[in-house]
Amino acid sequence: MIAAWRILHKDLVLELRTREALSGLIVLVLLILLTFTFALNPEGASAAAPAVQWVTFIFAGLMAIQRSFLIERENGAWYGLLLCPIDRGAIFVAKMASNVIVLGGAQVVLLALLVLFLGVSVPVAPFGLLFVNVLGLIGFAALATLFAAISVRLRAREMMLPLLVLPLLVPLVICAVEASRIVMAGGTIASAGPWVRVLVTFDVIFSVAGWMVFEQLVHE
Amino acid sequence: MNVHRRIAPFADRVLPLLATVAMLAALACIFLYVPNERVQGPVQRIFYFHVNCWWAAYLGFFIAAGSSALFLWRGGASYDRLAHAGVEVGILFCTMGLVTGPIWARPIWGTWWTWDPRLTMAVILWTIFAVYLVLRSGARDEPEISRYAAVLAVIGVLDIPLIMISVRLWRGIHPSVISAPANKGGLEDPRMVTGLLVALVAFSLLFLWLLWLRYEGLRLRDELHRLEDRMDESTR
Amino acid sequence: MMPSAERVSRDASGPVVRAENLGKTFGRAVVLRDVALQVAAGEVLALFGPNGAGKSTLLRLLARLMTPTSGTLMLFGETGQTSAVRRRIGLVAHQSFLYPDLNARENLLFYAGMYDLVDAPARVDAWLERVALADVGTRPVRLFSRGMEQRLALARALLHEPDLVLLDEPWSGLDAAAADWLGALLVEQRQQGRTVIVATHDFERGLAVATRALIVHRGRLAWEAPVAADSSAAFDAAYRQITGAVAA
Repeated sequence: MIAAWRILHKDLVLELRTREALSGLIVLVLLILLTFTFALNPEGASAAAPAVQWVTFIFAGLMAIQRSFLIERENGAWYGLLLCPIDRGAIFVAKMASNVIVLGGAQVVLLALLVLFLGVSVPVAPFGLLFVNVLGLIGFAALATLFAAISVRLRAREMMLPLLVLPLLVPLVICAVEASRIVMAGGTIASAGPWVRVLVTFDVIFSVAGWMVFEQLVHE
Repeated sequence: MNVHRRIAPFADRVLPLLATVAMLAALACIFLYVPNERVQGPVQRIFYFHVNCWWAAYLGFFIAAGSSALFLWRGGASYDRLAHAGVEVGILFCTMGLVTGPIWARPIWGTWWTWDPRLTMAVILWTIFAVYLVLRSGARDEPEISRYAAVLAVIGVLDIPLIMISVRLWRGIHPSVISAPANKGGLEDPRMVTGLLVALVAFSLLFLWLLWLRYEGLRLRDELHRLEDRMDESTR
Repeated sequence: MMPSAERVSRDASGPVVRAENLGKTFGRAVVLRDVALQVAAGEVLALFGPNGAGKSTLLRLLARLMTPTSGTLMLFGETGQTSAVRRRIGLVAHQSFLYPDLNARENLLFYAGMYDLVDAPARVDAWLERVALADVGTRPVRLFSRGMEQRLALARALLHEPDLVLLDEPWSGLDAAAADWLGALLVEQRQQGRTVIVATHDFERGLAVATRALIVHRGRLAWEAPVAADSSAAFDAAYRQITGAVAA
């Protein structure tokens, strides 16, 4: 796993230096959210907030996530990684982690904008909201990272990634939105029990599955 | 492949016959043997088709997923072909299920579509099938496409139970660990059970026959390519 | 040359490379077929052949970046794609495998870390010296010339002191001085008992360093012979006969 950390560190250095991933993503989040704001009736807007949040997050995320593998395409650095005497699953872990960090940053901005644009009120104890958001973030990052590794190799990559990921994200969409709705209204994690349980299961299954399958995925 | 050589004569000659006979028997059962359902009337007979379409669709999916896993971890083009065939036949039956559903729903519930958990699940399954096929057809020149499709199938199968649970939650139905499908309870007459079993066998045989046909189609295509390349090579 | 603290014991018993019936097919295109090859430690093989003959694919197979679609390939006596084998292989390809937004030093330090090298900073500095890039160590690779990038790629590939060194067109992009230097470097690798396989269009330089020359044509190993002082005439004739083109 040290290998995973080294790859992650390299990616973070690259991101800090170029600042390409996070800035573009934040602008994207803003624009999608704006589109929703104009499309929604202002009275019903804050009730639609959980749905708007996750749809925005998912679509912005899908557009941004391929970058974690695209940076390896320049000069064929990807093959440099494959040459190294490491467990290839470590590449998945590193990429997933860097996506969690970048997408997490965008999520924070998204939540702040939700409060601003849709008049969502911040719950008194935000821990529940944070927890649900982290769960959704991890699950999305796991699936999207895995399929981004595939889609970057395809010509129609912008279209293929949503096609590949969206059907499989259904449990995440359903549960994250419902759980968000509950905690945004001030409910506790316990009251969102069933939804949270599915989210945790989803996160665990796809993080582990992604790690295990990755070696076979990149095999040529 | 040794297994292939042993199955082939049976699959080529006996299976089509069996499937045809079974299907005819099933049709006879469904239209002549089983009684009208008390509440729904003759329309209910669609049930025997509808349920078995789902059975075949899931069968196709699980075969594809299992085969894909074997392909990823053991390799071998035959696993890949089996997975591909499984998805193609699976989506066929899934489509039939999605068509028979509304045909059944309209007279009974007065509406073409309901977000019944099973129907919802079927739509999502259909999209996973469809994406698999789009992936395979759109990226034909990518040499590792079999691998990517296999990953999709394996991850997809892991997702199925989660989709089922979350769709049920979404509809406000509390999922129990293993719940008997509600519809089975509606089969009061033992003749209906017989009819269902006969239809099940018939659809399974039909599924297997179609699966075999598609597998053979893919295998022969690969064989043709190999021979063409050998010809190219020897004429140089 | 830095003394190596973690030198893996070389397999003196068997050949470094043993390939039988090796073949690689991409979808419908058969790129390599029926390649039989055996390479002992300390040999330097030069692969020649027209573009598209399959030299690059063969090198990538040997680097374990790809698996063969037919035949067997044993490296250091092992058929598997294990980490232990990967540690002993170095590849210089058409692409440099370097991150353009990192500087030279950072690139090498990254790979040193990935190969778990002890004493990484000192090693990296030593190699930057050797490839004459020490004074641009903090310049991003994005700003490197082709020749500089190629030299850094060589450093990247040799940093972990691999027993099997694979090079694909390494002389392209190098000026005369750097090309001479590379030739000397390869001879030095051979003297240290490492195995080198280099694919090149540069017949003169290739034959100058090689102990054996092979011609790859249309996916097959069409010809091979040991290299002696007077080989080039025979080689020219063979090349012309096999490929129909003149050896430059």
